[in-house]
Amino acid sequence: MRPEAWTRPAPGARLYGLPGLALLCAMAPHVTVVPLWLAAVFIATGLWRLGAEARDWALPNRWLLAAATVALCGAIGWQYRTLFGREAGVALLYAMTSLKLLEWRVHGGQRDALVLMLLGYLLVMARMLYDQGPVTALWALASVALTLAAQVRVASDGGGPPVAAVARLVGGLLARAVPLALVLFVLFPRVPGPLWSLPQDAAARTGVGEDMSPGTIAELSRSDAVAFRVRFTGGLPAADRRYWRGPVLDRYDGRTWRMSEELPGEHFPQTEASQALSYVVTLEPSGRRWLYALDLPDSLPAQTGVTASGMLMRRSAVTEVVRYEQRSVLEYRTGPLTSWERSRALRLPSTAAPRAQALGREWRTRFADPAERVQAALTMFRREPFRYTLSPPLTPTDAVDEFLFDTRAGFCEHYAGAFVALMRAAEVPARVVTGYLGGEPSPGGDYFIVRQSDAHAWAEVWLEGRGWTRIDPTAAIAPERVERGTASAIPDPDSLSLLSRRGESWVAIALLKLDALEYAWNEWVLAYGPERQRELLGWLLGWRDIDWRGLILLLVSALAIVGLALALLNRRSRRQGRDPLGRSYARFCARLAAIGLARQASEGPLSYRARIARLRPDLADATGQILVRYAELRFGEHPDPQRLRELNAQLRRFRPRA
Amino acid sequence: MERTLEAVQGTAAAPATAISTAALRERLDAIIRQLGSIILGKEPALRLALACLLARGHLLIEDLPGMGKTTLAQALARTLGLEYRRIQFTSDMLPADILGASVYDREQGAFVFHPGPVFAQLVLADEINRASPKTQSALLEAMEEGQVTSEGHTRRLPQPFFVIATQNPATQLGTFPLPESQLDRFLLRVRLGYPDPKAERALLAGEDRRRLLDRLPVLIDPPGLLLLQARVERVHAADVLLDYVQALISATRHGGQFETGLSPRAGLALLRVARAWALLAGRDHVLPEDVQVTLPALAGHRLRPGAQNAGARADELLQRLVNSVPLPV
Repeated sequence: MRPEAWTRPAPGARLYGLPGLALLCAMAPHVTVVPLWLAAVFIATGLWRLGAEARDWALPNRWLLAAATVALCGAIGWQYRTLFGREAGVALLYAMTSLKLLEWRVHGGQRDALVLMLLGYLLVMARMLYDQGPVTALWALASVALTLAAQVRVASDGGGPPVAAVARLVGGLLARAVPLALVLFVLFPRVPGPLWSLPQDAAARTGVGEDMSPGTIAELSRSDAVAFRVRFTGGLPAADRRYWRGPVLDRYDGRTWRMSEELPGEHFPQTEASQALSYVVTLEPSGRRWLYALDLPDSLPAQTGVTASGMLMRRSAVTEVVRYEQRSVLEYRTGPLTSWERSRALRLPSTAAPRAQALGREWRTRFADPAERVQAALTMFRREPFRYTLSPPLTPTDAVDEFLFDTRAGFCEHYAGAFVALMRAAEVPARVVTGYLGGEPSPGGDYFIVRQSDAHAWAEVWLEGRGWTRIDPTAAIAPERVERGTASAIPDPDSLSLLSRRGESWVAIALLKLDALEYAWNEWVLAYGPERQRELLGWLLGWRDIDWRGLILLLVSALAIVGLALALLNRRSRRQGRDPLGRSYARFCARLAAIGLARQASEGPLSYRARIARLRPDLADATGQILVRYAELRFGEHPDPQRLRELNAQLRRFRPRA
Repeated sequence: MERTLEAVQGTAAAPATAISTAALRERLDAIIRQLGSIILGKEPALRLALACLLARGHLLIEDLPGMGKTTLAQALARTLGLEYRRIQFTSDMLPADILGASVYDREQGAFVFHPGPVFAQLVLADEINRASPKTQSALLEAMEEGQVTSEGHTRRLPQPFFVIATQNPATQLGTFPLPESQLDRFLLRVRLGYPDPKAERALLAGEDRRRLLDRLPVLIDPPGLLLLQARVERVHAADVLLDYVQALISATRHGGQFETGLSPRAGLALLRVARAWALLAGRDHVLPEDVQVTLPALAGHRLRPGAQNAGARADELLQRLVNSVPLPV
């Protein structure tokens, strides 16, 4: 396009340049969540607006815009079946921002430009509904800075200030915002859980769920998303002891294993236990209520109770990053079963898995000791041609029977589910436990990353004298799964995502490095909840067990201090920035004032010179020279920068003696 | 102004390049010195008079008779090479006595305008407060507009045109004191006052002033004076100085020291005088001191002390005001 064409629109009404860049930056990450056709709409309206600037293309009139608005709303409503909630809301914001580009008149559209920049801020905030990681935070900072710069540009008439000046202004504004943001972040009273409940779809549920049917865990295994990170504060548990206990499933309907409703309490199931192991878990939002702990948990994080089956249950769903310090016992015994618990752990639908039930009944008569029945099942898995695979053949009619006797190929949920069904048929109390197994050490080795690909299902049987005992049938046919993760245990690891393969490729290592950053971010920023706040303030100020009144007091005083400091800084920098000469002169006068020759407020430089010469003839020469030069530079037409420097040097050297 | 003063004067002692501020200062100092040799011990008043002339203003000298008002006017006219007329105002004077009148000329068979004494470059309006208001205002209008309109014809007054009016203090009998609106036409008002003893002694011992006057050399000619007046306008006033002038003016309006504050026109006048004063001091920029020194002469006749300061002299109040307004640093 012709360069002069760009100069046509009124300054402050051009998309080309900073405003366009800022908008593009704010809009770009949303492409991952809005439908592609919406992104195309944005690009089309952007190009149209650029064409209007450069080539005098006509912009649509009001009626056309109204029609487009209705059409886009309709399309979004059709796509999401609603106009509310996170997804549809962001799509609407995206669509309306795109249309606003066409409403932004080329001539005198300053108000529209400002509205667009404000929409840019809103878009940045909307992105936080999806992701609050460190990379997003960096992007948000860059985007806000750009939008701020664009705002400065569009708000100033006549082409706007030069880039360097805009950059200085924006940098200064952001720098001033930092202490305020820090104070608010550290001191604002934290409430447990999210401050307000997000719309349903915003709290997406990920990870291990409250039920398990064939394929559930295998599906999860394909994702390398992080479930949680762990730092062991004491020793490390052995690789085959890293069972992260999640939902305990003890209700079976012939296809799906489900959790029972249990009230969390404060009593742990274990009656005897070895020494506890301590660690810190930073859990990613899962949308579920339970927390993960090594088998079995021995302490309770805030707002959390423990169920009779040893699950940690939180009062509210985990929709934000949660950090908790946890203790677990790896060796334990649990107490006797009540008859009600026993019957629940033996229940099997009569119609489900007739062949397996028959086999179980046979074992019951053959082996008197329940432990032998357990061994019999594990031996069967080991001897018969069972395969461990991510993509087993379908088992359409009866999951347990078809897996055990026909396909003999399955993932951990198949083995765990079939094993528990067999045990229940053999009258050994049993249940399915889901959670994660293993974890990958970070490059520095100071924490472990547990991914969705580490999701696992295993079994527990109740044995007289030992209580609930963990049995992992998967270990019987694929022991390497326990030791080295899923990728080493399945024949087709390429179907797993890159990071769950545990390779040594540089990409994987780089991504792990990034993970360390994310871990630190989670630890210090996202997981900064009421406990951490109390901890930090106790450590910083020695104020233990601070309550909300103390926090408000601290917050108000800190804000007052920051505000005062900023105001002072502002005044100082305004004075200094604008007028180095005035500053030097003030210092000069202060030095003379110190020896009793204070300048009167209304005294000009020459009158001052005359008075000094009269009172202190010995100072007449030095001060006279300075004052004459000052008068010339201050009031002259073209102050010579060289002379200004000389004068400044002279003023600095000037030290009158009393 | 790049055509130099000397070139215009034709007495080019300096090379015909742009005259430097320093050279200008020497010349202006010479003028002040020469005036000072006639009016002894009154340099500040002389400088103010000259500044007033350079700022294209008119001067009001308020003093008792016999203080050297007439001598000052004559010395100025002589030194600056100006055509000089003196009008002695009396109570029976008519406007035509000043402006001139058309008289029927028998030979030409038409009315011929005979210009009055106002058609001169330097007019001394002596004891202006003795004339009737009507006559006073005829002169003042001519001063303001730089032209005289009589019987439908407009005639321009010569350039430069400078009026020095003298006025006896209003307490004297048989006078018509100038109203405030008329006083505003005078850029500055100065008082000569009694000479100090040393100067008076020298005056007594010295030669007759009139004879001295006749021997004074002409130091500058009218075109040169016009160029100087043009140069005054180019004296730089920095932003901080304008701030200060504004602060001073606003201080006269607020605070109740005066009945009414200085008008915007007075503010412009103050800046003009300060420029002229700066040029007299050989500077090409205005300093706050220039404003401070000229303010009493500029504002003294324009302001009346307010009710709370009844009886105080405007000059003193102005000095107090100058002291109270802080200087921008």
